[in-house]
Amino acid sequence: MTETVTVRVQRYRPEEDTAPWEQSFEVPYSEDLSILDALNQIKDQQDPTLSHRWSCRMAICGSCGVMVNNEPKLSCKTFLRDYREQAAVTVRALDNFPIERDLVSDISGFIDHLETVQPWLIRSEEQPVSAGAYPQTPEQMQRYAAFSQCINCGLCYAACPQFGRDPAFLGPGALALAQRYNLDSRDEGAAQRMQWLNAGEGVWSCTFVGYCSEVCPKDVDPAAAINRGKVASDINYAVNLLNILRGKDDA
Amino acid sequence: MRRSHEPVAWSLFGAGGMLLAFIGPGLVLTTALLPWLAADDPQATHAAIGALLAHPLGKLLVLACVALPLFHTLHRIYHGLHDLHLPAPRLPLQLLCYGGATLLSAVTGWWLLQV
Ligand code: SF4
Ligand code: FES
Repeated sequence: MTETVTVRVQRYRPEEDTAPWEQSFEVPYSEDLSILDALNQIKDQQDPTLSHRWSCRMAICGSCGVMVNNEPKLSCKTFLRDYREQAAVTVRALDNFPIERDLVSDISGFIDHLETVQPWLIRSEEQPVSAGAYPQTPEQMQRYAAFSQCINCGLCYAACPQFGRDPAFLGPGALALAQRYNLDSRDEGAAQRMQWLNAGEGVWSCTFVGYCSEVCPKDVDPAAAINRGKVASDINYAVNLLNILRGKDDA
Repeated sequence: MRRSHEPVAWSLFGAGGMLLAFIGPGLVLTTALLPWLAADDPQATHAAIGALLAHPLGKLLVLACVALPLFHTLHRIYHGLHDLHLPAPRLPLQLLCYGGATLLSAVTGWWLLQV
């Protein structure tokens, strides 16, 4: 008889359930079975009504985030073999977001925050295409390279207690992305991004819990990005204060 | 979004932490442990500390060593209580923590001016 593993999956179908509940499935075990493979096995072989998100199956698209035994994980990068010691594996939708259906959470709050920080190269004057690329040395690239690895999976938002308590907080991913562009030598948009960092809902909501960096599947280290953002915002505050003293407007 | 005034608290917090990390152990050693363990003339030690407190720069140093760690500690406690979900409105807590640090710093400053 093939060995099986118990996978307890959160179910929530808004048209018939008033609250999320848990359903157990037995999945044939193999060494190389990821949580995503297990969910697909359940959907294909046992219950086609199960809803979950995924696409690339290789930790690139960022769409398969779920809570596995209470920890935010990419289901394609997490393997059943690592839970062999435990009686069952529990999978539910990402914490801190509203549930849309079963394992699918509504991450639009996170996406809105990403857009807020204007995560693209901002130039005061675009140079014509004929002028060629904007050159950058490897050293200049190193300044932001780690922060540019983000795949927008939202795991850090599921990990962040401050985002859980106040969804207006821009949160780890968006603030790391703001830093990614502020530190890019080709970018000239730092001044206009600072207003978001400077706000109470910006870097100052963070109390340096650090769990975001622990769960990040891409080693982006958003907690470090936020702390660097705090230094930048601190300097910005002092400069603004000096400007006010010299008779300029409060920026 | 409005600019937060948290940088004021965070700067004091950072300065206090830095000060504690760099000269805290040395301070404990020279003011609390060495006089007991190594000095054979407690009165000379007392006079030396007195001379330090008599000098304006000495007063400033002592004020910094008391006030900044106070702000550091109470800032951390204030945010720690928030993280522990203390069901209290923010304003009275802010008054208690930052007001307390300010008051104790002022008392220290006043006392330093008396010696
Ligand atoms: S910072 Fe890391 S955890 Fe957060 S969204 Fe980006 S890749 Fe995911
Ligand atoms: S399926 Fe794309 S990141 Fe997991």
